[in-house]
Formats: sequence, C-alpha cells, structure tokens
Amino acid sequence: MSDKAKTFAPSRRQFLAGAAAGATAAAASAAQAAGPDPLITEVQDWASGLGDGVDATPYGLPIQFEQDVVRRNVEWLTADTISSINFTPIHALDGTITPQGCAFERHHSGAIELTKQDYRLMINGLVDTPLVFSYADLERFPRENRVYFCECAANSGMEWAGAQLNGAQFTHGMIHNMEYSGVSLRTLLEEAGLAAAGDFKDKWVYVEGADASSNGRSIPLEKALDDVLVAFKANGEALRKEHGYPVRLVVPGWEGNMWIKWLRRIEVMDGPVESREETSKYTDTLENGVARKWTWEMDAKSVVTSPSPQAPITHGSGPLVITGLAWSGRGSRTGVDVSIDGGKSWSEARLGAPGVDKALTRFYLDINWDGSEMLLQSRARDSSGYVQPSKSELREVRGLNSIYHNNAIQTWWVKADGEAENVEVS
Amino acid sequence: YAGTCGLGGTALPEEIAAWDSDVSPDGTGLPAGSGDVLVGEEVFAEKCAACHGDFAEGVDNWPKLAGGHGTLDHDDPLKTVGSYWPYLSTTWDYVNRSMPFGAAQTLEPDEVYAIVAYILYSNDLVDDDFVLSNETFSEVTLPNADGFIVDDRLQSEKHFWTSEPCMQDCKESVEITMRARVLDVTPQEESAAAVPVV
Repeated sequence: MSDKAKTFAPSRRQFLAGAAAGATAAAASAAQAAGPDPLITEVQDWASGLGDGVDATPYGLPIQFEQDVVRRNVEWLTADTISSINFTPIHALDGTITPQGCAFERHHSGAIELTKQDYRLMINGLVDTPLVFSYADLERFPRENRVYFCECAANSGMEWAGAQLNGAQFTHGMIHNMEYSGVSLRTLLEEAGLAAAGDFKDKWVYVEGADASSNGRSIPLEKALDDVLVAFKANGEALRKEHGYPVRLVVPGWEGNMWIKWLRRIEVMDGPVESREETSKYTDTLENGVARKWTWEMDAKSVVTSPSPQAPITHGSGPLVITGLAWSGRGSRTGVDVSIDGGKSWSEARLGAPGVDKALTRFYLDINWDGSEMLLQSRARDSSGYVQPSKSELREVRGLNSIYHNNAIQTWWVKADGEAENVEVS
Repeated sequence: YAGTCGLGGTALPEEIAAWDSDVSPDGTGLPAGSGDVLVGEEVFAEKCAACHGDFAEGVDNWPKLAGGHGTLDHDDPLKTVGSYWPYLSTTWDYVNRSMPFGAAQTLEPDEVYAIVAYILYSNDLVDDDFVLSNETFSEVTLPNADGFIVDDRLQSEKHFWTSEPCMQDCKESVEITMRARVLDVTPQEESAAAVPVV
C-alpha cells in the first residue's frame, strides 16, 4: 500500500456512506452494485473494430469530450471583443504547462496575422548601430529555453470590490505558462552595441508591437539585460497567431501587458516614454486618488482550481484531491498552504514538482472529505518571505480601485452537495 | 558565444523615421505642426465622435476622454485625459499611432494636434481659441501630472513579507460576507462539465 493510501485511510464502509449522501454519487456506486460491469463483460466496439488512421489528423485537437475545456470571454467586461480578454480554463487543467490552444488572449487591436517573411525587428535609439533583423536572422542567434508564467495585470481585477465571477477560469484565468525558446534580449542589444548608452543605470528600452495598438511599454535597461527573452517558440512550436506570431517579448515575473506581441521595435532611451499603457492603463489607483505607476512585478499568488465553481465534487465523500496553482513574479520558489475552514487552520500542500522561478507551480492536498461544507483557500509563499495576503489586507493598503495586481487569497465555498461558489469571508 | 554575430542590417534613417514615432513627456519626438480647437472639433466629429461622443464624453462602453475631474478618490473614479492622464505627450502619441480604432496611423500630424487641442478643450483646460503646436505643447500641464508615485510595494506592503504565517487557530470564526451567485454575472456554460464520470 502506498503512503498516499495510508493518508486517506478510507474504509469500504466510509466510501459507501459518503456516496449515499449525493444523488450523482449514489448513481455512480449503483452501477457498481448492480453486478458485473457490461463495459468489462461485453466486448466494446473499440475493442473489436478499428480506430482512425494516422493520416486522419495531421494536427490534432482535443477529443470531443473535452470540448468544454476552452477559452471563454465575459461580454460585459469590455466595449468590444477586439480590445478585450479571454480566459484560460485553469479549472480543468493539471500540471503547469498551458496548452497553447486554450491559453488566454489579450489584444488591444485584435490578433494580427504577420508572416515570417514580412516580419522585421528594429533596434534603434542609444545604440552604436541601429539594426533591422529578419525572422531568419533571429533564428541564427544563440538560443535559450525557459518556462515562465504570463499573467495579465488585470487578472482577478473584477474581484477587487467583491466576489463577482463564479469560476477559477474567470477569476484567475488571465494566465498561461509556457516553455519559451528564443534569444535573450541582451544578445540582440549587444549586437547593436551599447557603448552609446553610457551608464546603463538610468537607461530604458521602449518596446512596441507591429499591431495598430502598438502596446508600447518602457522597461528599465537593467531588466532588459537580465532575463528578458525575444521568443519565437512556445511549448515546442511556433507562437500562436494570437500570442504574437512570429515573435514576442517574454518578461519573466512582470505583468503580462509588457510581454509585447508581434514585437517590431526596441529603442534604447534616456527615460521612460510614459506611454498610454503605463499612464492611463497599468497604473494602480489608491484610495486617496494617487496612483502607483511601474508596478511591474506580479506578487506571489495562488488559487485552488479543483474543486471550484466550474469543477464541483461529483464523487461524494471520501478521497478528494484538492489541487491548484501557485506562482510568484519575485522569482522565488513557491510553497503553498491550503485551508478547508476559511483560514482558521492551514496545512502545507505538496508541490507536484519543485517550484520553478517565475513559473506556475502545481500543488496538491489529498484529503478524506467527510461531506461537510468547506471554505477552501490557498496561500502562496515565496522564498523572499512574502506571504500571499487576504483581500482585506490588500484593501487596507490599496482601497478598492486599483484594478490591477489583485493577488489576494481566493475562497471557494464547497457545499455538502459538492457544488462550489466564489465567496468572500470575514 | 563571445562577441557579436554579425547578423542584421543597419537600419536606414527613413526606416527609423517610419517606425520611431514615440513622444516623451518633454515633447521629444513631436513633429512640426499645429491645430486649433475649432478644426479639432470638426476632425473629432468626423473621425472620433461615433465612439467617443461629440464632446469626448464617450458613447456606450467606449472610453470617455473628458470629465471626471476630482473623482479619483471616489468609489468609482472616472479616469480621463483631463482627470487622470499625467502627460499631454501620451495623448498625442497614442492618438497618432493607434487611433482611430480600426484605422490607426491615418491621421496627419496637424490633425493630431487639432484633435488633442479639442480633447483639452473638452476637459475645460484651454479656451476655444487655443492652438496646439510643437511649440505651444510645453505650455500645457495636465491636472493630474503629480498624481503618480513609483511602485512602493516594497515599503507600503512590507508587512506581507511575514516569513512565519499563522498555521493553526488563526481566527475564531469565519463568516461568508459576499457571494458571486447573488450577482449572477458569470457566463453560463454548456452542461457537459457536470456529467459525473463513474
């Protein structure tokens, strides 16, 4: 018997008693109680006939039974669907790598189609030689592979004022986590030569995309030379159109808005441009009306993805896997605590794999659910000593109008019937 | 790998001029040109008002560009060019590069000057005879120019770095204070997800 099974210590009697509590669970165990299972005792079609040939699907999509594992948008959030957001179905995923096909999108003037042939990347400003690269040029530079999360600054933003959207996909799904292949931005800047930049300390780069919105942002040169990537592959294949094909910026740990897609220009400058996306937007208004600017790092955060409102418990009481995601933009490996009583007491969760810097970490807490109500919470810690705060703790500092950077602890109210709801607790 | 790779070509001045149009707060990057409020009103009516309203007050959910003065510390602040934006350069830069929505980069510099002059007028920041140009640009200071502080989380949220969080008996009672179901604004899903797997 494995350690896991010992932890559960479930008895046959507990299993049946728990199952009788819920109608769906009762139906499930009835199938077992009725005698030999025809799915086993009768030869099924798939065990006799033939499946699809290898030429049926040159590039496959998920099986039809998983068709609910898709991006979703919330119509009332934005004026149109072009400058808008959709959400990753994190409630249905496991592990840490986000499938590109359902990884969230955020555009300001739509997902543009830009071929590799038409692609150009310019580096200008305070460099020794302003350069233009073709896509083919970029593939000839020494390459790196790194896994990072990209979280929209507005992830959970609708929840500042209270519990609004009923599902982890909607409250926490402006995030994806991919393995990127590309060239370090440092390599490209050094190719153009940085002697002209003088002292790096007070210098910036301005980065913009090829789309109509341009999405220009200013980044301190120190960060640009540290770990920023100019990426052209994600999860092994070319970037998806909607994620910046053929080239995007990867800015580890920092708010998703700075991950410029369809990257076309990098300018080394004396100061920040103070563009629209770092003045009107992506500034965080405090209670006294003053706003923070340049809130780049995404602080430590976590969420239980199952059970959750879109992933109710359908199996009755007994062994239950509580699982979720944790991450920190401050770079450090993440530990996670889970509470089932609304934060009265906490247990340290098990990480699915060792935490990776500035990347999603999967956590699990395996419990024996007695069928009673739970108030589920998770609390991320990073090795800088930061502990994910409660919503009220965040509001005490920031008020209700920050829009961005809501990394507060999320609560799911799991009811006796296994349904879960987004709630706030005292 | 040491040294440079010798990849890429030198960017030509025409190429840099075509793509490098950003304008900094001190006006660096502005092209020569000018436009006044009255011309701006005409251009705005033709190219902007369908979404942003005749008076820059916004139509439906489209962004309001004027109004909201003094609301930043209210429950639901109205953040516009007049009430919130710190720098006029941003207005010029953004309109020039990314507006009108769906037909970006179709405005001439003089049209952009005129539109920005009209946005200033709509926010009661200039009179109706005001002429905005690369030379008068620096005369304008937006009301919320001093309304921003650099990220201070490391100081103001220092108490979140509490390396030893409470693990047991952290609070006496827990009450539910707010429920998403009461609001009922979540898109409804297809029911496939709710089918239990035996």
